Amino acid sequence: MSFQLPKLNYDYNALEPYIDATTMEIHYTKHHGGYTNNLNAAIEGTSLSELPIEEILKDISKHSAAVRNNGGGFYNHNLFWEIMGPNGGGMPSGELLKAIEKTFGSFQEFKDKFSNAAATRFGSGWAWLIMQNGSLKVFSTPNQDNPLMDVAEQKGFPILGLDVWEHAYYLKYQNRRPEYINNFWNVINWKAVEEKYMIGLK
Amino acid sequence: MTHTLPNLPYSAEDLSPAISAKTIEFHHGKHHQAYVNNLNNLIVGTKFENADLETIIKEADGGIFNNGAQVWNHTFYFFAFSPKPQKAPTGKLLDLINAQFGSFEQFKEKFTSAAASLFGSGWAWLVVNKEGKLEITQESNAGNPIRKGLRPLLTCDVWEHAYYLDYQNRRPDYLKGFWDIIDWKVIEERLK
Ligand SMILES: [Fe+2]
Ligand SMILES: [Fe+2]
Repeated sequence: MSFQLPKLNYDYNALEPYIDATTMEIHYTKHHGGYTNNLNAAIEGTSLSELPIEEILKDISKHSAAVRNNGGGFYNHNLFWEIMGPNGGGMPSGELLKAIEKTFGSFQEFKDKFSNAAATRFGSGWAWLIMQNGSLKVFSTPNQDNPLMDVAEQKGFPILGLDVWEHAYYLKYQNRRPEYINNFWNVINWKAVEEKYMIGLK
Repeated sequence: MTHTLPNLPYSAEDLSPAISAKTIEFHHGKHHQAYVNNLNNLIVGTKFENADLETIIKEADGGIFNNGAQVWNHTFYFFAFSPKPQKAPTGKLLDLINAQFGSFEQFKEKFTSAAASLFGSGWAWLVVNKEGKLEITQESNAGNPIRKGLRPLLTCDVWEHAYYLDYQNRRPDYLKGFWDIIDWKVIEERLK
């Protein structure tokens, strides 16, 4: 069995003007495609090739750097495409909104905290909203690490992630990462995030 | 002391096609400048307020280290380029390269591979170690070999901002162009 680059549920230009079509195309086909191919090459012929990605990430400290980097890259981008979409933005509702308000005080305070985690990650990495023992938490990881990995500073189930590698925004925003982060809020598919939250509750 | 952004010894368009004017303008004018500004803001009221960059690289942590090292790294990177470079090392530097790597060609391959395989943001380095021999090393993010007691001669920035406007995901193409603009006269001077 090998991992497949998942189909995008929208066109490359669907997140314009916040994320441009060229960035989407290169990010998806070259970067995500690259992680997928490299992951498959790294696990080919090993017992890992029989496992779901989550199982591989859970014991990542036992595996090679190639599995960690590309396995993380594969999973993280899968999630990233899922939690964005056309006609996105706005606010979450229902149980997730309640949990956000309970944990962070308000949706705005959550936004500030998440944006700050994304802005202050030095170098390449990701900002996350995760579920940890039933409660929400915001933090960031370096490179392609993620909260499913045993090496992560905070462990949990990710329901929202923002890629702050420069490749995610450089063609459109160059050095202006804060502007990219600010615009990310316009393309979040909160329905998808809410679904993940419900899965995480179980 | 207030740190300042050094002017480049060439014009932004001079390194094209290896590196475009647009990339140099952002890289030097925005990124390098931001590291200088951040450093100046962060050191106020700390014991690094009057420290030089090497001291900061050796002793600081967190934001002061990150920004201080990035100021040093970028100056070191930009000043190795020339529109009319001496294309290859000579003399003592060439002898050291041959002794350590077999040939200049083999050295280039090894350095290129270190730069290509560094995952995430960072720098590839050619350094002189404590025994006076050459070594190729990798550093993540703002890392600088001075902190480990090594003496840098050459560095390549492989943060994506160094090449994304010109090459996007094709880091190996950026590395090919890199060798065309390295002025080995500068590197020989650094060895002295
Ligand atoms: Fe990415
Ligand atoms: Fe740089």
